Amino acid sequence: MPDVTDSTQGTGAGEILKAPLIIEYPFKRTTGPVIGAFLTGLREKVLVGSRAVDGRVIVPPAEFDPVTAEDLTELVEVGPEGEITTWAWVTSPHEKHPLDQPFAWALIKLDGADTAMLGPVAAAGIDDVATGSRVRPVWAEEREGRIEDISHWELTGSGGGGA
Amino acid sequence: MVDITLPESLRDVEQVRSVRTPAQLDYEFTAGDATTRFLTGITQKRIIGQQAPGGRVYVPPRGADPELGQPTPTDVEVAQVGTVTSFCVVNLQFYGSVMEIPYVSALILLDGADLSIMHLIQEVPADQVRIGMRVEAVWRDDADIEPTLESIKHFRPNGEPDDTDVRIPGEGHGTGLGSWIGGVAPTEAVIRNPRTGVGGTTEGDEA
Repeated sequence: MPDVTDSTQGTGAGEILKAPLIIEYPFKRTTGPVIGAFLTGLREKVLVGSRAVDGRVIVPPAEFDPVTAEDLTELVEVGPEGEITTWAWVTSPHEKHPLDQPFAWALIKLDGADTAMLGPVAAAGIDDVATGSRVRPVWAEEREGRIEDISHWELTGSGGGGA
Repeated sequence: MVDITLPESLRDVEQVRSVRTPAQLDYEFTAGDATTRFLTGITQKRIIGQQAPGGRVYVPPRGADPELGQPTPTDVEVAQVGTVTSFCVVNLQFYGSVMEIPYVSALILLDGADLSIMHLIQEVPADQVRIGMRVEAVWRDDADIEPTLESIKHFRPNGEPDDTDVRIPGEGHGTGLGSWIGGVAPTEAVIRNPRTGVGGTTEGDEA
């Protein structure tokens, strides 16, 4: 039971007690060789996808072919630049969002890839972002093999209707 | 494991094999009337329950009788000594725990209460804790008393002889131990393992 500090309304019991209650799950997941390779790539500033049976490149890599369900074993380098395929502007970033300033959640199709992956794109304003805008990754200074190794994406200044 | 072909740039580096993905949920817990009364009592080193119209006393109180659904309007102070009705020896360290293993977590039926509270049993070797053991509350120092059940540090044996006829809350009236089956109290003998189908009987088996 938490320590109870604050209180608000009055009742027959006096003031009703309230307290912060934080529940934390310390999950640690094994990645398998495919997602492991993707995360290894992030640590090394390399973006990889998996080549599907029909030759398409899937990013982030999939362990199984989405059509035939066969194991996908060939990982290929993609990017690092890519193109926004769709996006949504976040006017008021939440505490747990990756950027403090307003930004865009975007699906980004990396050069050489046939699918798009989600990432936060920094931009001065909503008018600077457009479908087709070109972006490149901004790497975190300390990387350990997790998605946050990409701090965010930034606009290269070409493509799309903005910038 | 399947063989993976890596791009050249990743062939000679150590591969990532696991990733930490902690999840955190931030709540504000509002105690409500009954629990506030209980916790306020704790700050005075008193253990306050509530009495239902049928006479049963619930500690900690929740404001209503779980069997009848009726309000439990009467505050009742219960004793700080009680009887162990069930216990568990914890032998594994787990994330977030600050307890030294092994330790004992127990259900304790305080004298005057009809519902057990869960708390620690200390000041006795874990392998000597037993059902029926009489125990007493050990409080924090007065300066450290706060509106939390942790203001009771633990319970310890109080030296009284065991209660050899320990009453398990719910045994007599269907409260506290889950659903009855065909009018029979839910003891181990009548509960079927839902996964293996082994043991016991369930409703509809009579035929």
